[in-house]
Amino acid sequence: MKQLLILSGKGGTGKTTIASAFIRLAEAKAYADCDVDAPNLHLISNWDSPPARKDYYGLPKAMIDLDLCVECGICQANCRFDAISFKGKYEINPYACEGCSVCEFVCPAKAITMMPAVAGELMLYADAEKVFSTAQLKMGSGNSGLLVTEVKKQMKAAAKTEAKIAVIDGSPGIGCPVIASLSGVDMVLIVAEPSVSGISDMERIIKTAAGFNTRIAVCINKFDINREKSIQIKEICEKENLDFVGKIPFDPAVVKIINSGQSIVEVDCISGSEVKKVFQKTMGLLLKKA
Amino acid sequence: MKIAVLSGKGGTGKTLVAVNLAAVSRQATYIDCDVEEANGHLFFKPEWLKKEDIAVKVPQVNEDLCDGCRKCVNFCKFNALVYIKDKLQIFEEICHSCGGCLLVCPFKALKEKDKVIGVIQKGVSDNVIIYTGLLNPGEPSGVPIINKLLSKENVPENQLTIIDCPPGSACVVMESIKDADYCILVAEPTLFGVHNLNMVYQLVKLFNKPFGVLLNKCLPEDNPAEKFCRENRIRILSRIPFDNNLGTLNSNGEIVVKKEKKYQQLFSSLLDTVVKEVQYETTANP
Repeated sequence: MKQLLILSGKGGTGKTTIASAFIRLAEAKAYADCDVDAPNLHLISNWDSPPARKDYYGLPKAMIDLDLCVECGICQANCRFDAISFKGKYEINPYACEGCSVCEFVCPAKAITMMPAVAGELMLYADAEKVFSTAQLKMGSGNSGLLVTEVKKQMKAAAKTEAKIAVIDGSPGIGCPVIASLSGVDMVLIVAEPSVSGISDMERIIKTAAGFNTRIAVCINKFDINREKSIQIKEICEKENLDFVGKIPFDPAVVKIINSGQSIVEVDCISGSEVKKVFQKTMGLLLKKA
Repeated sequence: MKIAVLSGKGGTGKTLVAVNLAAVSRQATYIDCDVEEANGHLFFKPEWLKKEDIAVKVPQVNEDLCDGCRKCVNFCKFNALVYIKDKLQIFEEICHSCGGCLLVCPFKALKEKDKVIGVIQKGVSDNVIIYTGLLNPGEPSGVPIINKLLSKENVPENQLTIIDCPPGSACVVMESIKDADYCILVAEPTLFGVHNLNMVYQLVKLFNKPFGVLLNKCLPEDNPAEKFCRENRIRILSRIPFDNNLGTLNSNGEIVVKKEKKYQQLFSSLLDTVVKEVQYETTANP
């Protein structure tokens, strides 16, 4: 199974819009949403049956048994995350606690235990032909990279052997969820936006992805909102030796189509027909023998 | 007064709002907490005054002292240490700098060293002081940079501070709004926008932050984000219509309040509204 990951650096450039179009065009038998902080792909995936849900446990979090606590303050002094405070009694802030267990280790009164904590939810949609793996991180949780890894694992485990292509919608940024989504994929498609911000962020995601030795292709979304910046993006691709796979115009129809829960290739529109060309080129690269 | 601008979804206009609010004020500090993709400085084009490396602590081993007991390997909850081929290996990228391995090592074979993960830059552009944090590509967490950005020396007590947050609603966003007096949630009129607005709405409620919504890219059609606000009785602070000209100015890195009177008025009145809200909140819930 060849895995295509869609990234952008900057948020809101059209990752999910393009991912949903690709899933439709490829009739993908396996796909996933790795934007566990703010997942959206399920909103336009139109599954009839609800997903199988599973709690995702992050690292356990510290709990203090106040009956045993001797208020020595050693835990607070050793916590690097400022998660322990004293307001008449010692308290642990579960949002700040990263689950390292140092407090449990240093407590002379054995008053601290590490308790399992739900940090999110994994969801798997599946029917006779295809699977869709997604998740939602609990608000304020950290360690989203681990959940991203679980989403990909869940997709791979459930996918049928005849699934040739997997489309993975990534998250914005360059941090832990993005890094976790990059490992093991066959190709990255960067959806760039022709703006100073879009270009700056694209350059940072290229640097991040380059560390993984994965093939990188770039397309421009809404290229006509700033043609000069679009030319600049193409020049960067040439300089960095990245495959440029096409450009999609700004299309006022997109908002309406997405808001009706459809992908842009299900309706006759200019962005839909242009994204098809980008899709053809991308697939050509993805399926080319290395 | 600290005002945080957040959105859940990326690309809704957080930086547009944060930059223009700071630019329209008499004097402000703008702090860019989107350390993975900091963009505010592209608009302010500040004169940089100061640059500081941000480092975290990671362990290093003295092999002469290590006897291979693996206590550190077993203790590390992040699996940042392994012992293979008679050698302790440390994966610095996975390390959370908790210091646990040093505490459990019976031979004091581990020490900590600084590892640079990014920079903070301070600059000035007209009436705005700019702090921007940048995480190095390949580094997983910007939280230490955000903490440093929002440290007391950067955030003047009695002055307007605008905090440009990262997207999402995970730990980095929580860090960014921790000390905010008010949160502006920027929403776009799409199904995606509403879904992610709901997430940050839950987050600001959880942290008991006063907040209001700014509707961006408004079209003549039904606005699902506006409907969401009405259903949940959320204060709508202002509406920015979809405007090609605004998009072009913004994509070229221009500050729109300096280019167009109507945006100067829109952001001035937004700032007034928010300042009044904060003053009301501080008298009502001191």
